[in-house]
Amino acid sequence: MSKKQLALVIDLNVCVGCHACVTSCKEWNDGGSAGPLSDQNPYGRDPTGTFFNRVQTFEVGEFPDTETVHFPKSCLHCEEPPCVPVCPTGASYKRAEDGIVLVDYDKCIGCGYCAWACPYGAREMDGTEKVMKKCTLCVDRIDDALLPPGDRQPACVMACPTNARLFGDVHDPESVVSKAIRERGGYALMPEWETKPANLYLPRRKTEAKT
Amino acid sequence: MKPAWSVILLTTLIGAAQGLFLVVFALDAFRPPPRDFVFLGCAISLGLLATGLIASFFHLGRPERAWRAVTQWRTSWLSREVIVLPAFMACVFFYGVSGSKAVGAIAALLCLALFVCTGMIYACLKFLQEWHSPLTLVNFFLLGLASGLTLSVPLAVLAHPQFAGPLALAAFALGALAWLARIASLARNARLRPKSTTQSAIGIQHPRVAQKAQGFMGGSYNTREFFHHRPDLVVRAVRWSFLVLLFPLPGWLLGWGGGSLESFCAAFAMQFAGLLAERWYFFAEAKHPQNLYYQAMS
Repeated sequence: MSKKQLALVIDLNVCVGCHACVTSCKEWNDGGSAGPLSDQNPYGRDPTGTFFNRVQTFEVGEFPDTETVHFPKSCLHCEEPPCVPVCPTGASYKRAEDGIVLVDYDKCIGCGYCAWACPYGAREMDGTEKVMKKCTLCVDRIDDALLPPGDRQPACVMACPTNARLFGDVHDPESVVSKAIRERGGYALMPEWETKPANLYLPRRKTEAKT
Repeated sequence: MKPAWSVILLTTLIGAAQGLFLVVFALDAFRPPPRDFVFLGCAISLGLLATGLIASFFHLGRPERAWRAVTQWRTSWLSREVIVLPAFMACVFFYGVSGSKAVGAIAALLCLALFVCTGMIYACLKFLQEWHSPLTLVNFFLLGLASGLTLSVPLAVLAHPQFAGPLALAAFALGALAWLARIASLARNARLRPKSTTQSAIGIQHPRVAQKAQGFMGGSYNTREFFHHRPDLVVRAVRWSFLVLLFPLPGWLLGWGGGSLESFCAAFAMQFAGLLAERWYFFAEAKHPQNLYYQAMS
């Protein structure tokens, strides 16, 4: 437990579903160490492409008593990542020093088995590169000593206009993310599979209008 | 899951090849058949194994790097399969050429190990509940053995006629057993309740949660790889066709088809068609929990 585990904590209470995290992720990771992040037919009839991060929308409740929940979804950097041991080549690994789950694109054979082994659908095969791609927490930003310290965080975190994405070490009890998890009841997705996701979500809160 | 033809061909072809090899080796060990029978059996088995192996390369995005897949045998059943399959092929080759029973015994052990590896690739994925069962291994083994036995009958007609009758009887019995085991797994899977729900997927415990948008209008890897995109009717038709083609029809041909080479060949062709349908259904039936995030386009 003492080792570092970098992760995102996503605040569903303030996410407005603007997709800025999606486009900034795509923009950053189309170049750099993870790039290219290819699209097929981007301007044609059936556009498709590879993304690390998506914002989905769910409706909770029954009309007229409903809430709209915007739900950003990316790799959860599980503490017990089921995608890693199944990889036949060792291309999928969990980085020892900070717990980021990564793919070595030069070793990946594109068999797709890791994607089968991820219950969250966090991995996507790049249609052009033919290797598996996934969120890297922007390793090439957070490791880059040439960037100002404030910029050494994932592109999605920098882009979020409502601060719905917190980034830090969830094993450090004094970190922003650990405090948010403690104080706001951070929870894991699909806890039934015991993957122990490092990324957690903060639930929505009821706020009464003052009259 | 989306049924991938490369994997369907790999698992069905090598299953039949393994079954055929086991039959040939078992006969050789206890009731030595003529040399031709062993040689031909190994040659056919090797041909099927090679075809399956070639088919499997079509599943890879980067087939030129396939050799790397031998490195993670400590943790990955896929890596273990990648090691055991060529080793088994090499042993079948040397056994067929030399007739050495020691090499044959090693091949038989590798053959059993290969059944375990292939089955475990699917059975070890715990959240694919349809696959996460010992029945997956049982089915891969019994269906492989049954199809190998059925294939050994026309071979016996050609190279070892006095064994055609007993082998046809054995193929009938194993076919029936494999058929019943497959029905058992269908019955098990029909009673499964998915552990994951839309609620657990996004962590909101409300009885009514519905997806309104998945974040994009075009498709993605997630919408292609994990859905078969076929109507229910097609899936049901495939299930009924494999239930008929796996055993009842070939079983009838084996027992009451007149005992000609043609009828035995037809029995195997039918059973193999049934196996292709069975493996297609095996994939189509499995519901991946990631699909909960892709229920509504927009």
